[in-house]
Order: sequence, then structure tokens, then C-alpha cells
Amino acid sequence: MLELALKGTKRYYGWITGLLIVIGIGVAFWLYQLQFGLGITGMSRSVSWGFYIAQFTFLVGVAAGGLMVVLPYYLHNYKAFGRITILGEFLAISALVMCLLFIMVDLGQPNRMLNVLFYPTPHSMLFWDMIVLNGYLFLNIIVGWNVLEAERNDVPPPKWLKPFIYLSIPWAVGIHTVTAYLYCGLPGRGFWMTAILAPRFLASAFAAGPAFLVLLCLLIRKVTRFDPGKEQIQTLGKIVTYAIIINVFFFGCEVFVAMYSQIPEHMDHLTYLFAGLHGHDSLVPFMWAAQLLMVVAILLLINPKARQNEPALAVACVMVFIGTWLDKGLGMISGGFVPDPLHHVNEYAPTIPELIITAGVWAVGFLVLTALFKIVTGVKEEAMG
Amino acid sequence: MESSRRRFLKVAGISALGAGSIGAKPVLNAFAATGGGHGEEKPVIKMVPNKESLMGTRWAMVIDTRKLTSAGDLEPMIEACHKVHNVPKLENKNHEIKWLWEEEFKHAFPGKINRYIEDEAIAHRPFLVLCNHCENPPCVQACPTKATFQREDGIVMMDFHRCIGCRFCMAACPFGARSFNFRDPKPFIEEAELNKKFPTRCKGVVEKCNFCAERLAVGQMPACVDASKGAMAFGDLDDPESEVRKLIRENFTIRRKQNLGTMPSVYYIV
Repeated sequence: MLELALKGTKRYYGWITGLLIVIGIGVAFWLYQLQFGLGITGMSRSVSWGFYIAQFTFLVGVAAGGLMVVLPYYLHNYKAFGRITILGEFLAISALVMCLLFIMVDLGQPNRMLNVLFYPTPHSMLFWDMIVLNGYLFLNIIVGWNVLEAERNDVPPPKWLKPFIYLSIPWAVGIHTVTAYLYCGLPGRGFWMTAILAPRFLASAFAAGPAFLVLLCLLIRKVTRFDPGKEQIQTLGKIVTYAIIINVFFFGCEVFVAMYSQIPEHMDHLTYLFAGLHGHDSLVPFMWAAQLLMVVAILLLINPKARQNEPALAVACVMVFIGTWLDKGLGMISGGFVPDPLHHVNEYAPTIPELIITAGVWAVGFLVLTALFKIVTGVKEEAMG
Repeated sequence: MESSRRRFLKVAGISALGAGSIGAKPVLNAFAATGGGHGEEKPVIKMVPNKESLMGTRWAMVIDTRKLTSAGDLEPMIEACHKVHNVPKLENKNHEIKWLWEEEFKHAFPGKINRYIEDEAIAHRPFLVLCNHCENPPCVQACPTKATFQREDGIVMMDFHRCIGCRFCMAACPFGARSFNFRDPKPFIEEAELNKKFPTRCKGVVEKCNFCAERLAVGQMPACVDASKGAMAFGDLDDPESEVRKLIRENFTIRRKQNLGTMPSVYYIV
């Protein structure tokens, strides 16, 4: 089926070329980072994880979000999603590729990466994260590819695929749970030390993933002859609505616990993010913007008239995606490091090379996504004749 | 699990790098034993301490902060530590590497501060901080490659050659004890100051205080303790007659963030 990704319009090739250019620049800067060290980033002794790990965390969510189309179809026999499960699975693949690349560019000694396999360490959550992320990537490739191929050949998907499909459902929950466990089990990091971190990660995942999928569906309808379907888009919209409300609720629970108990180790991080601490407040506007975007999106989405209006739904989905990205991809990681365990306030901001490498990884993700979605729409168009 | 490098460190910790013929032999055997593979095998090396090695089962340090009242008092210890371990001096604060350094009371003991202490001398007293060599170390738990590990005598060590630079240990450490080599440290170590008996590091790995494991192996006290003129003591907590036990018995001591349950091995007399 791969050949389907090679036949395209001029616009398609223009987009691919654009992505390749961004990737090329990103690779060049990554080589520079390899040569100099991670000192070219804004990370420091105090804030030892930054933009890369934050993107990784957010994208694990986008990958897990694919569950929201797979689960209704396979467990609840919600037939309408049969048309788009493949989009959820392929979105997960491209998000996972980005996750793995973000981990790789964050390593100080990427050439020693395989030490994680040579010296397996079950008491390290990073070991489990490696297993769940690669496992989920593998499951989605197996399932997605075989289901699509069966569809192309007009035959039912092979029976041996069923266990993999069922396994992929709890596995999706697993990837974001283990990713939350990377953070929430660390003593002395009050911001992350909350049992609701994994549920909150999942809620924002089930909002951001399907929101992005709504936007992709609308785009596919526009640029190809395949229509993912009005009902499908509406159902995704409802899923986004529930998930973003739950996400904001979970966050509220966290704010209550930290601010009402007034335990400094928990409260100071929120104070830093939303009001600034000891005169350091560079993230304050972004954090308020995130909350504002999510709340306005909720107001739009709970109104059936607005939700059923596709342009309005699209606007709400953009807000959800950007809002959750600011929340997780910007505040979640730096927020946990500021103030640091010795209560010094050292702020973090990504540098230009760091942003370029980040853009390069995103471009790889979009390249994979474009190629995979091109194959899907190609198969669907063939079927339409 | 026990690859040659790790075993080398364990053995070297006892028999010491370049500490003469007694030490050299098990080191060579360690290399011969694994054939360079990554596979799991039973350790065949019997750890052979040097005659002069200081042996303990629970190493700890006591710092008498009453004897250290100004930054100048701490300087010789920090200097001794950083010199003997080839710790680079980086001007960029983000990239700073430090094994032993000075903090104010409110930073060394956040949560123990009160506004009345702030007026008193204790708030302005400089506190020496370093890796606590926790009995229950979160960094060891977090490391995905066992590049940071705990020895039988309680010392939390780093294998600079196995570390992949993921910095999970830095996120896990509640004491900010760990530094990352954000760039090649070698240009920032003065040639004349280089201690050829201790390795320099490469970029992209984490490092921290090792309780001078390499000095204990040849019968020496940690460099900071030697330079402290009696303000710091080092010894085995499991030995009731040790100096550290004596100091803990006779003085009220505090440790950093005891409530986290990591059980630090550095005690402070205030």
C-alpha cells in the first residue's frame, strides 16, 4: 500500500518538500547539539528537563487519544467509527514516532541509548515507559496496517488480529499512566506528586487527541474525496466535550488541594505558574491563556448549536488543542522544576536551536502522519471507484 | 547484569585506581571475566580490599556547622573536593557543576525556616551541602540503566560510562545534588590542576559527590573532611565507636528533608 503515499498532487509534494526542509534544518541543529552538548538548550542544573520532555509528554497524550475511536468501535460496536478507527491508529503511530524522537534528542549520550535494554531495570519507570511506548507503536502498526489492507482487498480483517486490537485498548491507557508515573513518584517534586496526575494526563489526552482528529477529518474532507462523516465528527466533538470538562475539573481538584492545604511544596509551583514567584513570572500569561482557552472551548462545546456547527466545532477544537498543549507542553514540566528542591527560582525558556530541533521532530511526525493518511484516503478513494 | 565496567568500579572502589599491585590484579581479572558482552552472568570476582582500605557498612558524615561561620571557612573544603575530582569551573550558571557547595539555611533546609530564625546568626551561617548518600536513594530507583547504584557500604556511585544522560536521577533527587555535563568539561579544568588519578567526564553525563570512594580505598578520609580542620567527621554508622556515632550521641543533629524517607547519611550539628 506504500505506493499510495507516492502518488500526489503538486500541493501534496509541496507540503512534503516543506516538511523535509524543516526536518533537514532540525537535523543540522541536532548534529550541532550532539557536537556541543545539551548546553545549546535553555535547560540548566535547576531545570534539567525542558521543552523536549514536555513535547514528549503532550504527544503521549495525543497517541493515547486514538483510543477514543478504537474503543467505541470494537467494544461498543459503534459502527460509525469503523470509518475512522484507522485515522486514530495512524495518528497514534505518528505521535509515538515523535515521542521516541523527543526522548532521543533529550539524551546526553544518545549513542548509549540501548543501555536501557542491556541493563533492564524494572524499578525505573523509564524502563517501563520504553516498553509501553514501543509496544503501543508496534500494536498500532500491526492493527492499523492489516485492517486497512483487508479493507483494500474487500475482505474481513484476519481473525488473529482481534487479540492485538483488544490488547491495544488497555495499552493506550497504560502509555499515559506510565508517563505520569515518571513524574508523580518522585519525592521532593511537589507539583507532580499527586495521585490525580495519571487521570489528569488521560483526560487531557482524550481531549487533545480527538480534538486534533476532528480537525484532521475536516481537512481530509476538504482535500480528498473521502468524507470521514458528519456523525463521526459530531461524536468526536462530544468526546472532546466530556474529556476537556473532566480535565479542567481534575485540574481544579489539584488547585484546591494545593491551595487549601497551603503546603508550600505543593502550592509554590502553582503560585509560580499563575502569579509568579519572587518576581519570576514568564509563564503566567501562557498559563492563564491555557485556562481561558479551555474554559471558552467548554462554553462553546456544551452548547449543542455551536457544537453541531462544524466551523464553530473546529474553533473549539483548535482551542482545546492549544490550551492542553500550553498546559502540558509548556507548564507541566518547567512548573515542576520551579522552584527547585532547594527552593531557588531559576526560570527556564527554550533557546532558538532547541525550538528548531523541536520543530524538526514535529515535522517528522507530520511527515509520517501525511504519508499514512495519504495511504488511508487513497484506499478509501479506490473503494469509491 | 554485572558487566566489566560496573564490576571494575566496585572492585576499584575497594582496591583503588592505580593503587599498586594489590589493586591492579582484580581489576584486570574483572575485564577478563566478561569478554566484553552485555549478558547477565554471576560475578566471579571476589572483592579484595587493600590492606590500607577503610572499610565500613554504612558510611556517614557529620558536619558541625557551629565551627563553620563564614564562606571563607567552607572554601578550603569545596576547593579540595573539586580539585581532587576534576570538577570543572563553568562560568555559565546553567551549566554549573558542583559536588560540594554552600547554601543558606533556608535553601539547605526549606521547610525548617521560621521568620524568627531569619534574624539570628543561623540564617546567615553558610551550610555545606552535598550528595546525602541516602540509605533509600530515589536516584538509584529512577536510573534506567543502573548507571547510578548503591554499594554495600552505602555509597551511591555513578558509572560515567554507562550513563545515557536522561537526567531522570536529577529529577528524582530531592537535594539538587546532581550536576549534568551540558558541554565538554575538559576545557574548564586547568591543566596544572588536573588530578590524573581521577577520571574527567565527557559531555552528556551526570555526576555528583562519591564520598571519596577512591580515597577510602587507599585508606584516606574524604578530601573535604581532611581539609575541614575537624569541622567535618566521617565514619561508619554501624560502628558504635566511630567518630560519627560519638558526635550523633553527644549532639542534636538534623538531616535534610528527613520527612521524605530517603534517609540521608549527612548529619548537621546546628
